[in-house]
Amino acid sequence: MTTTTSRTDPVDSPPGEVQPRRRRWPEGRASRAFRWLSTGAGALILLVLAAVALFLVVRAWPAITAGGDVLAEEISWFPEGSSLLGFIGPLVFGTLLSAALALVIATPISIGIALFISHYAPRRLANGLGYLVDLLAAIPSVVYGLWGAIWLAPRLAPAWQWLSETLGFIPLFRGPASDPPRVILTVAVVLGAMILPIITAVCREVFLQAPRLHEEAALALGATRWEMIRMAVLPFGRAGIVSAAMLGLGRALGETMAVLMILSPGALYSFNLLQAGRHQTIAANIALQFPEANPLGVSALIATGLALFIITLAVNVAARAIVARRKDFSGAN
Amino acid sequence: MATALTGAPTGAPDPSADTRSMLAGTDRHRRVTDRVMTGLVVTAFLIALVPLVSVSWTVVSNGIARLSPYFLTVSMRGVFGGMDAGGIYHAIVGTLLITAVAALISVPIGLLTSIYLVEYGSGALARSVTFFVDVMTGIPSIVAGLFAYALFAVFFGPGVRFGLVGSVALSVLMIPVVVRSCEEMLRLVPNELREAAYALGVPKWLVIVKVVLRTAVAGIGTGIMLAVARVIGETAPLLITVGVIDSINFNVLEGRMMSLPVYVYRQYSQGLAPCAADATDCITTINYDRAWAAALTLIILVMLLNLLGRLITRFFAPASLR
Repeated sequence: MTTTTSRTDPVDSPPGEVQPRRRRWPEGRASRAFRWLSTGAGALILLVLAAVALFLVVRAWPAITAGGDVLAEEISWFPEGSSLLGFIGPLVFGTLLSAALALVIATPISIGIALFISHYAPRRLANGLGYLVDLLAAIPSVVYGLWGAIWLAPRLAPAWQWLSETLGFIPLFRGPASDPPRVILTVAVVLGAMILPIITAVCREVFLQAPRLHEEAALALGATRWEMIRMAVLPFGRAGIVSAAMLGLGRALGETMAVLMILSPGALYSFNLLQAGRHQTIAANIALQFPEANPLGVSALIATGLALFIITLAVNVAARAIVARRKDFSGAN
Repeated sequence: MATALTGAPTGAPDPSADTRSMLAGTDRHRRVTDRVMTGLVVTAFLIALVPLVSVSWTVVSNGIARLSPYFLTVSMRGVFGGMDAGGIYHAIVGTLLITAVAALISVPIGLLTSIYLVEYGSGALARSVTFFVDVMTGIPSIVAGLFAYALFAVFFGPGVRFGLVGSVALSVLMIPVVVRSCEEMLRLVPNELREAAYALGVPKWLVIVKVVLRTAVAGIGTGIMLAVARVIGETAPLLITVGVIDSINFNVLEGRMMSLPVYVYRQYSQGLAPCAADATDCITTINYDRAWAAALTLIILVMLLNLLGRLITRFFAPASLR
């Protein structure tokens, strides 16, 4: 506290020594150390993120530089006559497909839940109901996988059967539907349940921020509750909904266990959602092959992991950027 | 709506009964739309309850039969085929140790980062830390596992598998969660408290440690509990960094370890056990039974942590921050 020593105990410092001209009090040694420590922790986060990218690239390098023939010769599960890109391609396709399907299933439901909690449910119940939805996020993914594979899949089989029979003329649902339904649509249903809580949480937050005055004005003009939501709440929350969906997408892209336990894998570019042995995702493929892989195999898997990392990073950065921009402009309240 | 608004002022001075009824009520089409949407919104909420109820119910009803003190206190060593034996002691030990080490790594880093963001941060570094912490929450767990593996493989060579690797993978996932929740809690601490302390001449670091952290301690405890609850169920990163084993291992620095989620997956992937027709001590579905029971244990563990987190807030937080 004094200008000359780095004492930190203010009681001991003679009052006359404090220079009134100084704008800021000099920092004690402990204070400076503490500031550097916490700044260092902040910088460490950036460092870790950079290290993740760096180490993945370093470890994936052998597979990236090796030719397709070498990879096919060294790695038992590597497709013959294909390059690394040819190997990653179908996996990326499967990952995107399953995540997109999950999103299609989960987004409308999440918006409904969020609206229910923010505008429909009795105010006193709203918090408790929100907590109930949050509980969905607390269930470990491996439990979802177990539930999806043993309990849900057999119950979905008749539904998929029916879908392939009645809507089979659409290429998406072309039959025959596989039984047991270890297919990508089953996976998408489970993934959808898993990303419900995050989409709901963000949507709810945005809907609650909708300007009260706009809502009341709409109601005063004679709008019904739904019209009020359509005119005042949804336009306000559009960016929030988009970013919530993208956060959910990021979650679904990286989900491993549910896919690994339910899907019967294959490596095709196929839109047949009801047939088994056609799709596989990056994450599930890594978990499946990694334990038994030789060094070059590990390297190839890490290369696929790098692709997943880049995809999810792009999705998350986009989602967060939308949220951040939203924050600046939502000066309504 | 439109006809009512435009029609009324220009119409006759005393509105006809028709206009009055239009102004008083809403027309049928709009009312029906409103009803339908209300129905859809409520349905959406009910749909969300289906997985919640059904997961809890199936796990409890399938897992409760095998969950016993015996199951919790023995490992899988020497258990094979459809033997009516084996338990999850080794998996519980592994899960607790790996998660505890992960918490030891991520809590100091996460807490200090949140202190930086709230008390010191300004300018480009703080903004980018905030942004990338958010981005980091989206890292797929399997990528975190690959990172930890790649990091340790540099020092220990390929094929490295031990508890600490898994802990590092988990802390990559845990740090952003800790930062987020701690930051939120620190921001709740009223500025008057800080200013009062500064006015008494207390140096900044002491203000943070004795006033800010002291005030927010309950919230921070809750945040940490929830972060632990989130990573304790992670499977994929542990599957590739720690591996699987049937016996008990207390050493996080050497040798493979089992953990509860990986145990669930492993039992599930082993499928039905082959049994001779006349075998008496052989259960075909034993692997699935063990998987369900372990899943039940895992869920109970996660829910206990969640509950503990809420209780900390309820009992230790100052009234204004509850």
